[in-house]
Amino acid sequence: MNKMVKTIKEAITLSGLKDGMTISFHHHLRNGDMVAVMVLEAIAQLGISDLNVNISSVFDAHMPILQHIRDGVVTGIETDYMGGMVGRAVSEGILEKPVTFRTHGGRASDIIRGASPIDVAFIAAPTADCMGNCTGKEGPSACGSLGYAFADAMYAKKTVVITDHLVDYPLIGGSIGEDYVDYVVCVDKIGEPSGIVSGTTKITKDPVGLVIADYAAKAIDASGLLKDGFSFQTGAGGASLAAAKYLKDIMVRKGIQGSYGLGGITAYMVDMLQAGCFKALYDVQCFDLDAVKSIKTDPRHMEVTASHYAGPGAKSSAVDSLDVVILGATEIDTQFNVNVHTDSNGYIMGGSGGHSDTAAGAKMAMIVAPLSRARLPIVVDQVLCTSTPGATVDVLVTQCGIAVNPLRQDLAERFRQAKLPVVEIHQLKEMAEKLTGVPKKPVHGDRVVANVLYRDGSLLDQIYNIPVFQA
Amino acid sequence: MIRKKAWAGTLESSDIYVEVSPAEPGTGLELTVQSVVYAQFGDQIEAVIRETLRDLHVTDAKVSVSDRGALDCTIRARVETAVRRGEDEV
Repeated sequence: MNKMVKTIKEAITLSGLKDGMTISFHHHLRNGDMVAVMVLEAIAQLGISDLNVNISSVFDAHMPILQHIRDGVVTGIETDYMGGMVGRAVSEGILEKPVTFRTHGGRASDIIRGASPIDVAFIAAPTADCMGNCTGKEGPSACGSLGYAFADAMYAKKTVVITDHLVDYPLIGGSIGEDYVDYVVCVDKIGEPSGIVSGTTKITKDPVGLVIADYAAKAIDASGLLKDGFSFQTGAGGASLAAAKYLKDIMVRKGIQGSYGLGGITAYMVDMLQAGCFKALYDVQCFDLDAVKSIKTDPRHMEVTASHYAGPGAKSSAVDSLDVVILGATEIDTQFNVNVHTDSNGYIMGGSGGHSDTAAGAKMAMIVAPLSRARLPIVVDQVLCTSTPGATVDVLVTQCGIAVNPLRQDLAERFRQAKLPVVEIHQLKEMAEKLTGVPKKPVHGDRVVANVLYRDGSLLDQIYNIPVFQA
Repeated sequence: MIRKKAWAGTLESSDIYVEVSPAEPGTGLELTVQSVVYAQFGDQIEAVIRETLRDLHVTDAKVSVSDRGALDCTIRARVETAVRRGEDEV
């Protein structure tokens, strides 16, 4: 049996891809990904059009997709996160059909239960053998975990593995197995390793961010959850990482041995593993090269599929056992609803990723954010887009105080006993507006450009177009 | 009186970059405002700049700003610095 195919074009033709079908990609190469653009280019050359693209995240590196949208090659996008450059074009109405936003867990579950079927999945594989066994842990474009790609590979009608590092059969230590793979293509280059480390994965030096991180770590200490067996996830924002560092100091000082660290894994989580803060790491995506190195060499650092990570349809997933998650927000409203999809002008520049999955699962979901950012207060009356429902968000930590969801009086009481500065969320809004002034509401159009689905598949919110200013 | 082109501030987040240039006496103020928070605070930013220029007795000048979400106190400080540099005072 021969699965090796010379070119991507040939693999596309063999896969039977036709107009109107759905193709899928995963985003572990993050802003260094070259595969999605390569495949779309080949598809355009073959004259196939009207495709629905299910891609776990859209980065700025995927900008060429805009031309394929203009040309009618791509007419639909389903994703969990969309970076600012493609997001701006979508907000300005480039797509006729609204984008479907899911969560990382919701995407996996919807693929598995058949709610979002995939015709052809393209797997960017940093190392593969000729039968399609593949892994992200080795090769010139190593990215570590391939967590989001498992559901695609397992449930797509056809699966194409694209690699730039072909090894002899059988690949040792593979992730996705040959039993799911139809075709294998070897190309010159699938990605820029430097693009894997993009943007947010550095600890903050900003004194405001460090105050927030200090409060966040102390609040976790006071929550009653920080004891042996503790499990933890943190986002990759600067203040979240600083909080992880302070938390590590507390855990080491008190000799607390946690059970697992979860999520997109950064060097800071690897450091906590090595310091004995956790027994293991569950890794759905590596955020930096230290994490890539660790998942390759340390058996305690385990790859986890998106469904195992956060799938709401799974029999259980790792988020269900999570004690604390630290998350970011572009806005949070006085009902604790959080927006991570749009900026304050309503332009798409993000997405849930695992935000609402982990908030729903964790015993304490903590948002860390400055009181205001570039003159915009973080607390608003109503978020422009609800990414994560307020009922699942427990705490907001700012440099001017900690607001606790009224549903969690137990936490508020613990924080007060620990002499932490507990305030009402309305007070934080007032404090910010005293400094910044009261912002006017930005205007949006009346056309829906994106539907935001909650992790269970229900419609959570809709994002409207932004009228383009004609000068 | 603005004698020469001068500037103050940066394009960092929460700062504002202000540029002033001379204008013929009697031509008044020519103000151009760009801001990342124009939708939310555009009017307020323009009002603070005009008020600061009035307090500094600047009546004729070209003023152009690129705002990255500066607070009013920052806007005042940057405008005053640019004006005084333009007046050759500093």
